[in-house]
Amino acid sequence: MFIKNKKAKSHIMTLTRYLLIYCLAASTTSLNAEVIHQEPSLYHTILVEDENDIRCIKFNVKAININQSCMFKDQPNKFVFNYTKLLFSALLLNDQPKDILIIGLGGGSLSNALHQLLPETNITNIEIDPAMIKVARDHFNLVENEKVKTISQDGRLYIKRARLKKQHFDWIILDAFNGEYIPEHLLTKEFLSEAKDILKPSGLLSSNTFIGSQLFLHESATYHSVFGDFFSIKNDLKQNRVILAGKEPLTKLNVSEQRINQLIKALSPFGIDVSDLVKAMELATLNSHWPADTRILTDQYSPANLLLK
Amino acid sequence: MNDLRRRALIYTLCFCSGFSIMGIELLGGRILAPFFGSSIHIWGSIITVFMVSLSIGYLLGGKLSVSTRSLKMFAFIYIFAGLWVLPIVFYSNNIMEFIFINIEDTRYGSLLASSCLFLIPTIILGMISPYSVRLLVDNHNESGKIAGKLYFVSTLGSALGTIITSFYLVLLFDINQIVLGFSLVLISLGLITMNIAVSKGAKIENEASHVYKK
Repeated sequence: MFIKNKKAKSHIMTLTRYLLIYCLAASTTSLNAEVIHQEPSLYHTILVEDENDIRCIKFNVKAININQSCMFKDQPNKFVFNYTKLLFSALLLNDQPKDILIIGLGGGSLSNALHQLLPETNITNIEIDPAMIKVARDHFNLVENEKVKTISQDGRLYIKRARLKKQHFDWIILDAFNGEYIPEHLLTKEFLSEAKDILKPSGLLSSNTFIGSQLFLHESATYHSVFGDFFSIKNDLKQNRVILAGKEPLTKLNVSEQRINQLIKALSPFGIDVSDLVKAMELATLNSHWPADTRILTDQYSPANLLLK
Repeated sequence: MNDLRRRALIYTLCFCSGFSIMGIELLGGRILAPFFGSSIHIWGSIITVFMVSLSIGYLLGGKLSVSTRSLKMFAFIYIFAGLWVLPIVFYSNNIMEFIFINIEDTRYGSLLASSCLFLIPTIILGMISPYSVRLLVDNHNESGKIAGKLYFVSTLGSALGTIITSFYLVLLFDINQIVLGFSLVLISLGLITMNIAVSKGAKIENEASHVYKK
């Protein structure tokens, strides 16, 4: 009886806490934010919201963490989200990628920044939702030209077809995960192997992954089973973890001071502190971050959305 | 008592067919995703194929029940359904790969793939319900009541098949293990029913088979 009461109490407290957070979020939103555009989509209505100098894409769902992609209106170069900055760690290993594939467009800030940084590089953006592409074009100044193209397709299918056509990339960036539903077929060993197949010999793959749930362990084990040792990069707030993996297993970071200094200069306009990145990069070796018996995610077993709970 | 048991068996089989149909339908999305993605039209393809198959199955099951009324036939349908679920486990990757290479449009690709994988087993499973009505109805005054009860049992099975598969089974097992499980349950129940039908012999088949005509 006592336990039951205690359980019930803790449930009520959790509920109250969520309710409070939700009310707070709702009140701050309603005070300053203004929805400037609504785009209907197959998946959820996309809202473009202005709040002071920040413009965000939100999904019309009752979730607490619903900012999908944001930009500073006055300084569109600077990244609002920290994890996006972590993705740039790949440039420490290869600062001149010729062909980049980005799965998951969002507002397109990553594509725009990379194009500005590497104007000669071919960038292919893959986004499943055509409505999202429209929003990025209309409200987030998505740059598209002969070097940057955007295709509306499921990321897995694009990679599978690229494999058939024997296309190869220097750098693949996986950022297809919004806070509320994870495409489970983009987390599996089979998918990662397909992605690895379309990497050039010294190609790199960066992926924004989940933290703070069981999924963290399963993802780590799955990436390791495909890529061998990889870099695990977390920001100060420890809200996100970026995985940086390579066609060949990665080894301890060995970058010259000169290259680091060059990158510091190149990336500072984007608000990215390269020395912080270097410090945050931690080599994940077999079972260093996860128990040996962690089940690998496969096309047969990938209950990612349940494991996230 | 014997009749009660026989009825319970038929209801159980209806329940399990409902359970497996929805369990497999739910896994369909996961089976197709590696080749056709997870866009909304994938679900469109899967649900369409299941609905079309069930409608054909109902029609065929009803038609078959006019010419025969035997527990043996009922058991045979069940075993057959279980066997036709097996290609999903063993050949789905080959089938989907072939379609993926030949059809670029994922709408038609996924429609064809789900037809290849799910059409036949679902048609056969769809035959179970109308055939059960024929087996259970002895008196036409009761036909509506019995049909209602059968809908109740098989739809309840579908509901449980959906929730148990999506909440728990996918956390514990591989997709193939779950589908194989459905197949084994169908085949075993079919064999048990066949055994009963054979041992009770022609009795049930002949007995009162024309009562309804009165």
